[in-house]
Amino acid sequence: MPDALFEYLLRLGDNTLVLGHRISEWCGKAPILEEDIALANTALDLMGQTQLWLGLAAEVESKGRSADDLAFLRDVWDFRNVLMVERPNGDFGHTIMRQFLFDAFHLPLLDGLQNSSDQRVAEIAEKSVKEASYHLERSADTVIALGDGTEESHRRMQSALDLLWPFSGEMFLTDAVDDALLVSGIAPDLSQIKPIWSKTVEKTLREATLTTPEDDFAHSGGKTGRQHTEDLGHMLAQMQWLQRAYPGASW
Amino acid sequence: MYAQLVKSSGKGVKSLEEMDPQERAFQQRIDAGDKIEPKDWMPDGYRKNLIRQIGQHAHSEIVGQLPEGNWITRAPTLERKAILLAKVQDEAGHGLYLYCAAETLGVTRDELFEMLNNGKMKYSSIFNYPTLTWADMGAVGWLVDGAAIMNQVPLQRTSYGPYARAMIRICKEESFHQRQGFDIMMKMANGSEAQKKMAQDALNRFWFPSLMMFGPSDKESVHSAQSMAWKIKMNTNDELRQKFVDQTAPQAEYLGLTVPDETLRWNEEKGGYDFAEPDWNEFFDVIKGNGPCNTDRLNARRKAWDEGAWVREAMLAHAEKKRAAKLAAE
Ligand SMILES: [Fe+2]
Ligand SMILES: [Fe+2]
Repeated sequence: MPDALFEYLLRLGDNTLVLGHRISEWCGKAPILEEDIALANTALDLMGQTQLWLGLAAEVESKGRSADDLAFLRDVWDFRNVLMVERPNGDFGHTIMRQFLFDAFHLPLLDGLQNSSDQRVAEIAEKSVKEASYHLERSADTVIALGDGTEESHRRMQSALDLLWPFSGEMFLTDAVDDALLVSGIAPDLSQIKPIWSKTVEKTLREATLTTPEDDFAHSGGKTGRQHTEDLGHMLAQMQWLQRAYPGASW
Repeated sequence: MYAQLVKSSGKGVKSLEEMDPQERAFQQRIDAGDKIEPKDWMPDGYRKNLIRQIGQHAHSEIVGQLPEGNWITRAPTLERKAILLAKVQDEAGHGLYLYCAAETLGVTRDELFEMLNNGKMKYSSIFNYPTLTWADMGAVGWLVDGAAIMNQVPLQRTSYGPYARAMIRICKEESFHQRQGFDIMMKMANGSEAQKKMAQDALNRFWFPSLMMFGPSDKESVHSAQSMAWKIKMNTNDELRQKFVDQTAPQAEYLGLTVPDETLRWNEEKGGYDFAEPDWNEFFDVIKGNGPCNTDRLNARRKAWDEGAWVREAMLAHAEKKRAAKLAAE
């Protein structure tokens, strides 16, 4: 599979791009000033990681495209992020729950990628892992506080969890791309990341007094690009508008 | 500027002889360049005035997130998006420093938010103008942050310690913002025809509102005289406006853009530019709530506050439970 690495890098970069974009939608509207700053900080970290992953993807592809071309000039079917990160923000609790479910996956993934046989991948992972660890610490604490806080906050967090749960399984679905990268030692084994994720999630949800949903049905189609949700098209319409409306302009 | 039209409660500046001994000692400390710290005695008027000024300034920082936040999701490149995000995050940080400075005067952040939300406290008029194109991100950084710097650099020497220290931290970041804004303007002004048009249009719309940021002439104002005696205001509005025009007009020329003021010209004799006053009727309309975006900006803040209530309550409740559990364990 010659394009497997390119595909894989798009998955990494699109996850951070799309989630970073979603988080940036909160700007100036968070419930507490400190949270506003923290959300902007997370978005900023994710955008920085996007530049690195998509930059490497463009380099690997070597067709003269840049990270910006990949971010701003691909259409929906070419995006490779998991569906969960493109879901609309919902309330603050929903945003934080989504962040937590992703962070709990992102940290062990990056941790594994630090040992990648591809030096460039390992370097980016090494740069990102500290950020991811901070994100997880924060999102887990916030899930606990809001799950445990009041009756209303508990109800909201449980419903956020129930809504997001069917989207969490996609992060661990594997296909030929994952297999190829595992064989070449570029990427870690997702089946080994899953138990780490489950452990973090169970521990955090227990402390948050939330009930883990039992149904393990998983929506899929994002990371393979087979079928995204309707939401991604709207996001791209906004995100890519300037680049599309004024082709070739330099900003 | 960020704090426009702050009215002091005093009826004109008292002379040292008219003051009682405590007040006189206070004024003498200020005259000597001492910093006043939270635990020090201070006249009621000084405290009230500062709360109003710092509060207005803090509100401006956080309402100021909105017009730029308007373009974060449409920023044209990954790098521009990151720079803009970082900038808006800085502004939230400025709000935080300033609310903390105001809290040292005995008012809580929640009280200040309430007063912003119910219209009792104002924020700078500039943030009631819309950001309509990407060039506005350039114009805001270049002109609005530029005007903010004019006002805030002297405030680093203001008499109230916590305010002065907040200003020192803030000023460093504001100069970055201004450079980044100017950089966007450069790209646009040297870009395609459409980009040039956006850049000129942004300057057309933001020029006079930026001049209004300094507030109307206060040469005759007793409020300003008192604030200047207390060193919580360091220059007159006209002085700062003149400085701003003197700095900005050559920059506009460098960009190849036209300042929308036919009367603008260098005056050798005064060593500064002559320029047209903004339309002060428009300014008072905006201050009264009739600017193009007043309703939207306030509603956005109120909505964030109301919809965030459950989060704030939950965090308090959780902290309370944790404290109780810790006590029980001891
Ligand atoms: Fe600021
Ligand atoms: Fe600024």
